[in-house]
Amino acid sequence: MPFGLIKYALSSSYPGKRFIAARPELKSNYDVVIIGGGGHGLATAYHLARYHGIRNVAVFEKGYIGGGNTGRNTAIIRSNYLTPEGVAFYEESVSLYRQLSQELDYNILYSERGHFTLAHTDSAMRTSRWRAEVNKHLGVDSELVYRDDLARLIPQLNLSEDVRYPILGALYHPPGAVARHDGVAWGYAGRAAELGVEIHQGTTVTDIEVTDGKVTGVVTDRGRVSCGKAVQAVAGASTVIADMAGLKLPIRTIPLQACVSQPHKPILDPIIVSGSLHVYISQSDRGEFVMGGSTDPYPRYQTTSSLDFIEGLMSHVLELLPHLSEVQVMRQWAGMTDMTPDFAPIMGETGVENYYIDAGWGTWGFKATPVCGKRMAEMVATGRVPALIAPFRLSRFENFDQVGEKGAASVGH
Amino acid sequence: MKQMNCPLNGVRNIQEFAHGGEVVDQPDPNRCSDAEWAEFVFMEANTAGVVREWWCHVATAYWFIAERDTLKDEIIRTYDAGELFKERVDFTRPEAPKET
Ligand SMILES: Cc1cc2nc3c(=O)[nH]c(=O)nc-3n(C[C@H](O)[C@H](O)[C@H](O)COP(=O)(O)OP(=O)(O)OC[C@H]3O[C@@H](n4cnc5c(N)ncnc54)[C@H](O)[C@@H]3O)c2cc1C
Repeated sequence: MPFGLIKYALSSSYPGKRFIAARPELKSNYDVVIIGGGGHGLATAYHLARYHGIRNVAVFEKGYIGGGNTGRNTAIIRSNYLTPEGVAFYEESVSLYRQLSQELDYNILYSERGHFTLAHTDSAMRTSRWRAEVNKHLGVDSELVYRDDLARLIPQLNLSEDVRYPILGALYHPPGAVARHDGVAWGYAGRAAELGVEIHQGTTVTDIEVTDGKVTGVVTDRGRVSCGKAVQAVAGASTVIADMAGLKLPIRTIPLQACVSQPHKPILDPIIVSGSLHVYISQSDRGEFVMGGSTDPYPRYQTTSSLDFIEGLMSHVLELLPHLSEVQVMRQWAGMTDMTPDFAPIMGETGVENYYIDAGWGTWGFKATPVCGKRMAEMVATGRVPALIAPFRLSRFENFDQVGEKGAASVGH
Repeated sequence: MKQMNCPLNGVRNIQEFAHGGEVVDQPDPNRCSDAEWAEFVFMEANTAGVVREWWCHVATAYWFIAERDTLKDEIIRTYDAGELFKERVDFTRPEAPKET
């Protein structure tokens, strides 16, 4: 619509619609305070307002919305996990993602590509077969494929046996998708704000008030508010915030790096992951190759990039896709991931009354954004823990009842 | 490239080392509760600031202690574990459960 654009260019006042109000003043009381304006916090706020009629809600975000791991991930969405608990949970998320653009009336560029987890060893083939069977049993489209299938499905792939880790087969998950990650944060934020949720960017939570085992207020660098309930969804900062509420977590904060190349014509449709080579790669709608690897070798509260990472990653990418050797890397960055010992999240009650946690999302939480919003909101609104997320309770560690998802993590850690 | 001073081998590239986690006191496995043991096994201080940790120089399988700042990614000091552990720690075997 060129005329619309010309009008836009000539207008002296800003004609675009603001997504969310400029930072409002803090009220003295909110029914629910959400700490962290990433996808998870914003989706929870949206679901509270839209489906549970709870609109006196504030989201406190230290920086800008989606500026944490939500805007730093490689945007892979899939449900081919290993445990029945995990598969059921991520499958609900995928089904919510599929209609999220309609739900939010905002195009999140959801794009189903097919997801291949390459297996280079006998043990990886066994885990893939196991995952395929668990997946199929729970109605998830997932199957083990072999070298001849791969030659047909991904003709670009280097299937030579004359490499360090020859490819034996892959776990193929046709619904595997990517989406525009910032769009997810903006879509939820915009709709939540329309329904009355206050989104306070540039507002850092500095303390949490707990009286008689119950959360009563949240202190920020802009003042204190009282609240009926509070939810923390702060990814890499999970331990720091939980500490304010007097909680201990089984989490290590470890940086995860990623990068994109300069844009090229579309030549790679599927998403390719290799656990042995610590690589995942897909081509974005803008034509950039989006690439990531394993987490940094030790914990840190930092988002610096390193040359070691990019060198290692590129040598592995080129073993899989040698024809990318002339492609130039354009940008590199890192996010702080909240890693749990069993590679499953921590969701639910905390032992502090009315204080809920959504953490332990490590390197895998973008795909869970819609289901977290839906189920965290349900829990906050009803006071009951939904069965779907009960296995991820914090107390599972005390009871030695972990949900072992390491075998379904995309890359080694 | 980041480097670390190994108390045994001198300054080496960080890739030669493996991170072993926080230095914490181990509760007596024969006497502590399950909850105390679970806390020891799973919970992390995950401090944003100065931490004291186990590290291993992999090539020589030498375990030592490092103090570093997790906010600045600076290694403050590395030293032999003997500085902290002055006595030998003996592990007693729990009594075998009675056969029923
Ligand atoms: C490089 C990389 C690649 C990844 N790839 C994938 C992938 O392909 N697929 C996938 O599913 N997942 C992936 N992940 C993981 C995923 O990005 C995260 O698990 C997910 O985005 C977490 O969302 P969140 O809303 O919980 O956290 P975030 O988006 O990190 O939001 C937390 C927010 O809390 C704010 N905050 C922190 N402290 C305070 C405070 N004191 N007061 C107020 N606010 C505070 C932060 O500023 C931040 O904006 C990846 C992560 C990284 C880093």
